[in-house]
Amino acid sequence: MSTQNGNHANTGLRLKVGLAEMLKGGVIMDVMNVEQARIAEEAGAVAVMALERVPAMIRAEGGVARMANPKLIREIMSAVTIPVMAKARIGHFAEAQVLQQLGVDFIDESEVLTPADEAHHIDKHAFTTPFVCGARNLGEALRRIAEGAAMIRTKGEAGTGDVVHAVQHMRQITRELRQTTVAREEELYHLAKEHGAPYELVRLVAKTGKLPVPNFSAGGIATPADAALMMQLGAETVFVGSGIFMKERATPLDVEHNAKEREEAVSRARAIVIATTHFNDAKIVAEASEQVTGTMKGLAAAAIEERDQLQTRGW
Amino acid sequence: MIASDAWKHSLGVLAIQGDYEAHSAAFAEVGVSTRPVKTPTELAEVSALVLPGGESTTMLRLLRRDGFDAALRDFVHARPVFATCAGCILLASEVLHPQQESFAALDVTVERNAYGRQNESAILPIETTLRGDALPDEPLEAVFIRAPRIVRAGAGVETLARRDGYPVLVRQGRILAATFHPELSADRRVHQLFLQILATQP
Repeated sequence: MSTQNGNHANTGLRLKVGLAEMLKGGVIMDVMNVEQARIAEEAGAVAVMALERVPAMIRAEGGVARMANPKLIREIMSAVTIPVMAKARIGHFAEAQVLQQLGVDFIDESEVLTPADEAHHIDKHAFTTPFVCGARNLGEALRRIAEGAAMIRTKGEAGTGDVVHAVQHMRQITRELRQTTVAREEELYHLAKEHGAPYELVRLVAKTGKLPVPNFSAGGIATPADAALMMQLGAETVFVGSGIFMKERATPLDVEHNAKEREEAVSRARAIVIATTHFNDAKIVAEASEQVTGTMKGLAAAAIEERDQLQTRGW
Repeated sequence: MIASDAWKHSLGVLAIQGDYEAHSAAFAEVGVSTRPVKTPTELAEVSALVLPGGESTTMLRLLRRDGFDAALRDFVHARPVFATCAGCILLASEVLHPQQESFAALDVTVERNAYGRQNESAILPIETTLRGDALPDEPLEAVFIRAPRIVRAGAGVETLARRDGYPVLVRQGRILAATFHPELSADRRVHQLFLQILATQP
C-alpha cells in the first residue's frame, strides 16, 4: 500500500487515503448523540459517524433522509477526539460543502440518505475532505474511486442487522478483483466495458489484485461474529450502524437515562471492537461474544422488496 | 545500508489497529521481514517492535485485555521501539489535549490532534538535523495526518527534525519516534535509521 501511496502524484489524494489507512483494523460506529459518541470512543471505535437517525430508523420512519443538522455534528465533534464522519446525500455537493466547512474528517456519500441526483455522484476531487462511498461490485467501486473516493465500503443492506448482503457484496468485489488479475492484457479493455469502469483503474487493479484505496465493510453488521466474518472475507475495517445502539428496529437503547440499556450498548460496542481486531482467533471472538448482553432484533434482508432496498441507490 | 547485526532481531509490528501493514511493507522494501503482534504471547516472541499510526484511544482499549498493557509497558521500557503518530502518543511521558494514559518510555509531552482535524493534514518537506549515514542533507517528506505535536522534549531526547520549531522526529537511545508517517512515503530513510539503531542494540 505504501508504495502505491508514494506513487500518487496527487498530494490531496494521498492525505485522504492516509487517513483511511489509519482507520484500518477498527470499527466505525453510527452515533446519534453526544452520549453515544462518548460510549463509542470509550469502547475503542476508530471513528464515529454522526447521524440524526440510524438506517434502521430511517427505514422504519420513511420520509426524506438528509444530512444531519450541523449543530448535532459540531456537538459530537467537540465531544470526542477520534475522527468524526457525516453523511451527505448522493450527488448533493452542497451538503458536502457544508460538511467540509464544518471540518468533519470524512464524508460518506451515502445511499442510506435519499439521493439528490439520479445520474451524478459528487465530484469528490473538488474537496479537501476525504470521501467514502458504498459499492456492491467492482465496477461501482472503481467508478467511485474515479470520482475521487478515498475509501470504499460494501453497501450491504443498511439498517437490517442482516449481514447477508454485505457478504454478497464483499465476495463479489474480491471475486471480480481476482478475475482481473488473470485476464490477458487485451481482455482488460473488455472488462473495463463490462464493469463500466475506467480502463486505467481496471488495469491498475489487475496488477495489484486490490483496490487502490482501503476496502471497508458496512450494511447489516450486528454482532462480533459478523465483524469477524467480514474481516475474514477481506474487509479492512467495519462500519456498524444500528447494531450497537438499537433495541428494536426503530427504538434506540436509552443510553442517557437507563443504566441497564447503557451497559448493553457498551458491551456490544466493546465486543465488536475486540472481534474486529482478533477476527482470526475464534477463541477471542467467542470470549467477546459472551460479554454481549443483547442484540438488535433485526429485519431479514430477504423480506425487503427490491424497491425498498437502500443498496440499489447510486449508479 | 542494513547492518548485518540487525538480523539478530525479530522485528514485530503491533497489529491491533492502524496502518501496521504499511510499516510491514516499508520494512519488506528494505529487506527486513516483520511479524504481526496482536497478543502478549506474540509480543514475547519478538525482540524489537514498531508501534504504527492509528487511533491511540482504540489501541489503549484493545491493550486492556489479557495483561497486554502491562507486557507492552515492560517491553517498551527495555527493547528497541520505532513509533509513528499514535505510537508516539503511546510512548510519551505525558499526553495532553486531552490528558490520556501512556507508557512513559519516551521523555516527551505530546499534544494530540495539535494541528487540527483532517482538513489541516499536510505533506511537507522537512529539514533534518542529522548528518551522515541514514539521513543525508536532502529534506524528508513528512506525511502529517491529524498529527500530534511534541511540545516538550526532555534532556535525553535528541531532535532529528522539526516543523515550525517543534520536534517531529526524535531519538532517545533505543527509541525512535515520529509524529508523522514515514511509512506512507516512498522515502525509506527513517526506517533504515531504525535498523541502524537496532544493529547497535543487544
